[in-house]
Amino acid sequence: MTENLIDPAASNETSPSVRPGPTQPNPSNHLLEVRDLHVTFPQPGGAVTAVRGVSYHVDQGEFLGIVGESGSGKSVSSLAVMGLLPSNAKISGDILFEGKSLLGRSDKEMSKLRGEGISIIFQDPLSALTPVYTIGAQISEALRLHDRKLSKAAANARAVELLKVVGIPNPERRAQAFPHEFSGGMRQRAMIAIAIANNPRLIIADEPTTALDVTIQAQILEVLQKAKDMTGAAVVLITHDLGVVAGNADRLAVMYAGRIVETGTVDQVFHAPSMPYTVGLLRSMPNLATAGHTRLVPLEGRPPQLSNLAPGCPFAPRCPVVIEACRSTEPPLTVIGEDPLNSAACLRVAEIASGQLDRTKLYPVPEPVATAERALVAPETVLDVAGLERHFPLSKGSVFKRTIGTVRAVDGVSFDLRTGQTLGLVGESGCGKSTTVMEILELTKPQAGQVSINGRDVATLTARERKALRKEIQVVFQDPMASLDPRLPVQDLVAEPLTVHGVPAKDRLEKVRAVLDLVGLDPSMASRYPHEFSGGQRQRIGIARALVTDPKIVVLDEPVSALDVSIQAGVINLLQDLQEKLGLSYLFVAHDLAVVRQISDNVAVMYLGRIVESGPAEAIFENPQHPYTKALLSAVPVPDPTVERSRTRILLEGDLPSPTEDITGCNFRTRCPLYKLMDAPGKEQCRTQDPQPRAVQNSVVACHHAERIGLLAAGMP
Amino acid sequence: MSMLDEMPAPDATAVITDVVHSAKPVSRLRLVMARLRSTPRFWVGIIGLGAIILWAIFGLVPNAWNYTDLDIYNMGSSPSRLHWFGTSDIGEDIYAQTIVGLRKSLIIGLLVGPLAAIVAGVVGAVAGYLGGWWDRVIVWVIDLLLVLPSLFLFILLSPIFKQLSWVALIFLLAGFGWMIMARVIRAQTRSLRERDFIKAARFMGVDTWTIIRRHVLPNVSSLLIIDATLGVGAAILSETTLSFFGFGIQAPDVSLGTLLAAGQSAAATRPWLFIFPAAILVFTVLSASLVGDALRDAVDPTSGVNRD
Amino acid sequence: MIGFIAKRFINYAILSAIATLSAYVLASIILNPAARYLGRNPRPSDATINSILDGLGVNPNTPWVERLWAWIVRLVTEGSLGDTIHNTSVISEIAARAGTSLRLLILGTVIAAIVGVTLGVWGAVRQYRFSDQAISVASFTILATPAFVLGILLMIVATLLNNFLGVQLISFTGEYTPGLDGGWWVQFGDRAGHLLLPTISLALMGAAGYSRYQRSAMLDVLAADYIRTARSKGRTRGSALVRHGVRVALIPMSTYFAYSFATVLAGAAVTELVFSWHGMGELLVQSISQSDINAFTGAILFNAILILIAGTLADVVYAALDPRVRV
Repeated sequence: MTENLIDPAASNETSPSVRPGPTQPNPSNHLLEVRDLHVTFPQPGGAVTAVRGVSYHVDQGEFLGIVGESGSGKSVSSLAVMGLLPSNAKISGDILFEGKSLLGRSDKEMSKLRGEGISIIFQDPLSALTPVYTIGAQISEALRLHDRKLSKAAANARAVELLKVVGIPNPERRAQAFPHEFSGGMRQRAMIAIAIANNPRLIIADEPTTALDVTIQAQILEVLQKAKDMTGAAVVLITHDLGVVAGNADRLAVMYAGRIVETGTVDQVFHAPSMPYTVGLLRSMPNLATAGHTRLVPLEGRPPQLSNLAPGCPFAPRCPVVIEACRSTEPPLTVIGEDPLNSAACLRVAEIASGQLDRTKLYPVPEPVATAERALVAPETVLDVAGLERHFPLSKGSVFKRTIGTVRAVDGVSFDLRTGQTLGLVGESGCGKSTTVMEILELTKPQAGQVSINGRDVATLTARERKALRKEIQVVFQDPMASLDPRLPVQDLVAEPLTVHGVPAKDRLEKVRAVLDLVGLDPSMASRYPHEFSGGQRQRIGIARALVTDPKIVVLDEPVSALDVSIQAGVINLLQDLQEKLGLSYLFVAHDLAVVRQISDNVAVMYLGRIVESGPAEAIFENPQHPYTKALLSAVPVPDPTVERSRTRILLEGDLPSPTEDITGCNFRTRCPLYKLMDAPGKEQCRTQDPQPRAVQNSVVACHHAERIGLLAAGMP
Repeated sequence: MSMLDEMPAPDATAVITDVVHSAKPVSRLRLVMARLRSTPRFWVGIIGLGAIILWAIFGLVPNAWNYTDLDIYNMGSSPSRLHWFGTSDIGEDIYAQTIVGLRKSLIIGLLVGPLAAIVAGVVGAVAGYLGGWWDRVIVWVIDLLLVLPSLFLFILLSPIFKQLSWVALIFLLAGFGWMIMARVIRAQTRSLRERDFIKAARFMGVDTWTIIRRHVLPNVSSLLIIDATLGVGAAILSETTLSFFGFGIQAPDVSLGTLLAAGQSAAATRPWLFIFPAAILVFTVLSASLVGDALRDAVDPTSGVNRD
Repeated sequence: MIGFIAKRFINYAILSAIATLSAYVLASIILNPAARYLGRNPRPSDATINSILDGLGVNPNTPWVERLWAWIVRLVTEGSLGDTIHNTSVISEIAARAGTSLRLLILGTVIAAIVGVTLGVWGAVRQYRFSDQAISVASFTILATPAFVLGILLMIVATLLNNFLGVQLISFTGEYTPGLDGGWWVQFGDRAGHLLLPTISLALMGAAGYSRYQRSAMLDVLAADYIRTARSKGRTRGSALVRHGVRVALIPMSTYFAYSFATVLAGAAVTELVFSWHGMGELLVQSISQSDINAFTGAILFNAILILIAGTLADVVYAALDPRVRV
């Protein structure tokens, strides 16, 4: 939950104060019906209304997606259904489950329903499981809570069965394990096992895959679908990722600033969005199917503060087609066409639906940098990495430490980066991509291999030369809030690299103003502190700091993954423009393949410390030659229901192997879908020989059987 | 005792960012001040502490007696209009003596608290940021001082500083009062070191001491302020305990501790000799620790809040 | 897990050894045992003093390194901690007093831990309610009160009570009533009566600290996601807090126990002194005022061993509570 629910004056035993809504005892024939739900949190700085009049329903066996950015109220409304909001929350309206109102019930009454009628899956599976009890105990607890007669042994047996259902190997043994011994994906599977333990009629999944890697996300969504089919339960999936709902949900509700602003079937919402916010959100998302061909359309501005809402449509300040009336009246949800379930909250919904206002032209497409402004650069290699290694010793034993193995975080990585180009380094967490860039940024002799910048081997640098070289290579981090010292004003932050190089104060100030202007920030804001800026602006400050020394190379370590989707587009466009204007070279590290495709010229895919495939972005995305690349691409959800329905996914089995495991031959073979299809000699080759990178078609691939990749028939976007 | 590293050290900045995301962008300081203002404990503490300090400075004036005066006509008298807190066996005015003792205790507390916090900050930040051998040696020294109860060391060292003035006591108390906080600062610094803004500074080529001075210390300053405040009360307690047993402040100097020692034997029969100084002492320490505790809650919003 | 405990034990053992040795060195440098004899009348001859001091191994004219070495050799070979300046063996002195101190220490700590943890959990769960505020105010006040003031205040209360009742209901001077006749039961009752006030005093101080710490540990847990998960399974808030919350909130307490133990020791020493008990605290203070190096070192060693035991015990509890350290 991103909403701030803190109130020091909270008293907690009393049940949330409830004001029954104006609804008459109007029986509902839906499984769950939420009517005009309002949730307000009293706070020292004024009450925050996180949910402002939300109504929706879910029928038996239905799959409803609720989409919204952080702070849109999507999680709060589902916690209200579960009766799990903090006791100081003021709730009004009505929530009916199987025709009976849930509001005003005591905690005890609600606890009988929770887990049995409605269950919920939370976002972060690490903190959502009690660290001191075994997984099996936590599942059988859920069983025994609702079936007092169930014996302990029977509950344990059923828990093992449930673990098997959600696809955990060795369920008997794993039931005895503690949560910290499980990987993120396995924990989320265990959470699903808990949720389906009592065959609930409704499962609420609150961002169930947000903390997970894309291949694990695909697995979890599969398990969720399976759980739904098995129990016949209805599912409410809450997410910020339009791609995740596109392939799974039947109906969709889009939330903005505490309200539902558009609802309909997935096809209606994705293909004919009628609220400008939905239109903008869909246009601003990098889409794996279309990325790289068109410029992203940024959705400028940021969501309003819920503590202090101006009258009128909350989206009005960001809306490109805003009219005077929008600023005074908040539009209600209006039915768009024939279908009474398809509606949007916009005063101009009729114009948009009828095509009077063209959806595709609603937002101006930003112009690319004019040719005259483009920097001309000679194509030369600015960064050359050859055979880079970084191994960490893994020690065990408490009295006498002994080394029991090595973690090969980076295990012979080679690539080069040329002037004015972008190299995208992709991989899931734990693949070593961040360690690789941190090793490069140290500018010292690596454990093995060579790093050269501008043709100069960094191992041979003197301390003075190293300091001078730091001007040439700068870095932008993932989370702008974490990478900017909160105690310093922006001008000092941006000028910090200059102070290192002894630039006089007056010149520093001038340069700071110039770069702030360059990244699209008002130089007059230089004396403010980072917290006064929005997320997107903060990342611009981070970029300005990286550019202040006029570097040739900028290392971008997941520069947009901490930002809300609607803000990402603006930062990506800025990076592209700056590259063209200044002739920068980017080393772009990311896990989001759509973003990488949008910005990269070349791509290198990493798995367990190695680059498994590299080559021009076009070749990698259109025609992947390595089974891992192929699986990775097929796991990325595409925000288009038609595409999603026609795709088949290549699901990777299991998790990333533990770094201590010594895998002979190809280190991907334990999860490789192609390996399974190979004949005995082919398998033998994978088991015994470490595949070396070789050119196949347009890319360089480390796979013995790249030519037979066609065996993996997967529907690509 | 390396487990102490896992003691919950409030990651102040990280917590504040959460708040900023959802609330208006308010400055950290303003946020902390706003939280402080809404904490009754803070008001009780700060008003109490302010009143005590003002009383210690100006309190002697309205009463005619000086702390060295002997009123031979009223020896051992109970509280009266003439002697507000009564007199001792030899006719010393307890009110005047309490104020003078309080002054000494306050001076010691107000100096030792911040002094110990500064030592804790520097030592903790150096150990946490540099790591390696620096860290090991410092942690060992801290552990050693934690194993030896400092009260015993004070008593052992008392023959030395009995010969020096009471000012030596300030340095002694500060010298043994920084260890626990240094561990907390060290743990905090270690997590700061992995934060991106410190990494960013390193990759820009900023040198180590500049990073500690410019980025680490300001970011642990809230902890240091809390520690300094809580340290005031702790120092006063240590001082009075030492003086009570005759190892601290020596005659002719007076502190609350020596006063309590003098009044101890008569505690049951002539309670004013003991009760008044004791009450003032408890009130002073209580006020200081209430302020410190309220500060801690204000800086770390999760520490005092039930989000159930 | 055994490896973890063993490592911690060795760590504590080394720390205790170093603490004891540095205490010996510090005491040897600072204390001057000769001064005790110089003030006597008639003043003994220098030769006499020297031979007495040499016999004890505390002659300041011998370099402290040599004295330390002799002390260690004697400890290792004879298992002796040397003699006090009253010519009794330090070990027998400690043996006579240890029981007195341990009785107070163990009872006080156990009561403090139980009461403190209970009140801390209660306060956190009822945060900002009247009971929480009352517990908070009480523990802050106790924490602001020096141990000796607390002891004396308890004595005043007991005196008032005794006077009011007209009988000696609560006796508080010393560890037992000297010269009391009676059987085993009478003796036991008498000692228990004397134990009452010091134990209350020590337990109050401990409980005040533990309850503050347990309260904040519990508050951290209240906001944890797994409490929400437990409720979503069908537990009520109260049952989720007891079954899932308290169990986790106890983990940091074991660490806190280890590091607060040195403070408890100092508090116990003060309490003993205030109630005129002939325990280890008195030995420690006496040995310094009488410049008795061997007795002082012995007392410090005793404390170091207690800290060693408490620390290891805390680690065992920690490992038992937290599966994450059981590797």
